[in-house]
Amino acid sequence: MDKIRVLIVDDEEDFVETVVKRLKDRGLDAVGAGGGLEALQLCESREFDVVVLDVKMPRMDGIATLKELKKKSPLTEVIMLTGHGSVDSGVKGLQLGAYNYIMKPTPLDELLKQISQAYERKVIEMERAGSE
Amino acid sequence: MDTAHYHKILRLKMIAMTLFFSLVPLFVLGATIYYQFSEAYRSKMTEDARTLVQNRRNSLELFFNERISQLLTVAHAETLDRMKDETYLAKVFNVMQSRSKSFIDIGVIDEEGNHVAYVGPHHDKLKSVNYAGEPWFHEVWSSGVYISDVFLGFRKIPHFIIAVTTTHGNKTWILRATINSEIIEEIVRQARLGKKGDAFIVNSANILQTSTRFSGAILTRSIGPDYSSVVRTTLEQVDLNGNEYLYACAPTSNPKWVLMVKEDIHEQLTPLLKTRYLEGLVLALGVALVIVGTVLTTRSMTNELMRVQREKAATDDLVMQSSKMAALGKMAAGVAHEINNPLQVISEKAGWMHDLLKDEDVQSSPNFQEFQDCIKKIERQVERCRQITHRMLRFGRRMEPTHEVVDVNHVLKETIAFLANEALHRDIEIEVDFGDDIPRLTTDASQLQQVFLNILDNAIDAVGNFGKIQVRSGVNSSRGSELFVEIVDNGPGMPKEMAKRIFDPFFTTKSPGQGTGLGLSISHSIVEKLGGNIEVDSVQGRGTTFTIRFPTGSLP
Repeated sequence: MDKIRVLIVDDEEDFVETVVKRLKDRGLDAVGAGGGLEALQLCESREFDVVVLDVKMPRMDGIATLKELKKKSPLTEVIMLTGHGSVDSGVKGLQLGAYNYIMKPTPLDELLKQISQAYERKVIEMERAGSE
Repeated sequence: MDTAHYHKILRLKMIAMTLFFSLVPLFVLGATIYYQFSEAYRSKMTEDARTLVQNRRNSLELFFNERISQLLTVAHAETLDRMKDETYLAKVFNVMQSRSKSFIDIGVIDEEGNHVAYVGPHHDKLKSVNYAGEPWFHEVWSSGVYISDVFLGFRKIPHFIIAVTTTHGNKTWILRATINSEIIEEIVRQARLGKKGDAFIVNSANILQTSTRFSGAILTRSIGPDYSSVVRTTLEQVDLNGNEYLYACAPTSNPKWVLMVKEDIHEQLTPLLKTRYLEGLVLALGVALVIVGTVLTTRSMTNELMRVQREKAATDDLVMQSSKMAALGKMAAGVAHEINNPLQVISEKAGWMHDLLKDEDVQSSPNFQEFQDCIKKIERQVERCRQITHRMLRFGRRMEPTHEVVDVNHVLKETIAFLANEALHRDIEIEVDFGDDIPRLTTDASQLQQVFLNILDNAIDAVGNFGKIQVRSGVNSSRGSELFVEIVDNGPGMPKEMAKRIFDPFFTTKSPGQGTGLGLSISHSIVEKLGGNIEVDSVQGRGTTFTIRFPTGSLP
């Protein structure tokens, strides 16, 4: 089985760096990005199965990034990561096509579980798209 | 100025103003009506007296004129020779009497004053009398007609005479008749009004010509003012011994008498006085009604004003408290969010360290177990912080007004969790006994939480160190399926008077500066607004129980 290609997008560099290392340790093809623009650039250069996207980021926030991302690669699953008090941004993400949202701080096991489930859905969606 | 004093002053001002603007027109109207009525009545009384005296005077004059006419007719129709015959004179007298019973006798007097013929009851005494020396004898010769004043005469009864002269050829003679005074007495008597009214006739010398009720005996000088010389109808008010009388006087042309009608003004005004008493009574009743109405209306209005002001104060407090809580919620959410990001980093770094410790080289390190324990503790503390920040985020969300399906037990658990640390530090035991499967409420969870928080916070203050608080929930089917929450503390309790005022705004049992006195008032308002009710039951020395109830009939 191919490695799950994951892009972690968060303006918190320490978080991105650590979580990427840990995901790689667990056999995932993980890459980090410090903001929305950087993430979109990366998505243009290569394909990701799952993108973990922080909602609140400077310059281009998670929601705006999600919209652009879904335009370019609609089959890429996105998990919103929010430390924000309101669940509204998470819900808005779901309405825009995100797979799920997770509240910070979240244990890595929970993140891994969500990534695996998102990936499974992507596979199913791709198979369905291929058969049509 | 405190509120009670302000309302008292306001009430008094309203009463004074309303009474002034109600009673002044009432009194002015009453006085005007009475004055006008009194004037009209007095005017009518005067006019009535004038009419009465003139009518009676006219009756008298009519009577005199009729008698004179009778005598003149007989005198002109008969001759002296025939009239000297007393048998003939008796016939004439009988004819006259058949038309009028007022004649007592009749006599014929010749030029020398000799009483030549007489028919009447005193024949023996009067037949041969000569009247040549009498003043009236000369007067009748000069004027042709003469009416005497009243006198007693031989008969000793009041009477007067009418005499007329007539001439046949060269013989002139006098026909004289005596008239019974009773007729004029009767005419005058009819003018006596009431119990104190009087009517009588005086001659030109103010000597009474008729009997009176209170003004003296007949043929004596009349008691009271002298109107014997009046020449036209005269009305005058006279004060006699403190009593006011109205004198109405009308002169007769022949004889020169004056008919006087005397009326007691006080007696005549009796109906007016009765009206005055009645008006006074109506006025007094009106005043009493206005006063009672004003006091009741004003009291009702000020009570309503006080109620509205109290409600407004409570609403203002609630709004202020809600906005404070909303701001607090936003701040809590902001703080939680800012902490979550570093917590996530700490969590990942600890996780990474944990991953690294799995390397074989590190596992042989003598401090490996110590490192692992430390990392686990860091992860546990991160988890603890996560729970706190997530609770704060939920609290922040709930400060915004919502309408949601709420599990009351869950709200109670969260509220207790907020206070658990404080309770722990003060060794306060919080015992919970939540009913299973209690229905969910469609309500505002944050406001409900605020109520529980206020009551629990008060309970913690009340029980002090080592106290005990019990929190129960359940459904009371005996009270129409109510959902209830009971918060029982074993604090010092409070007197009943204090318990009655516990939900009043600004009422506090805490030391100055320790409490605003708004917490329970706001809680009360919230519970009522959410459709429930809140009660307090306190026993001094044993503790206090707050019970919050919500009807479950309208619950989902």
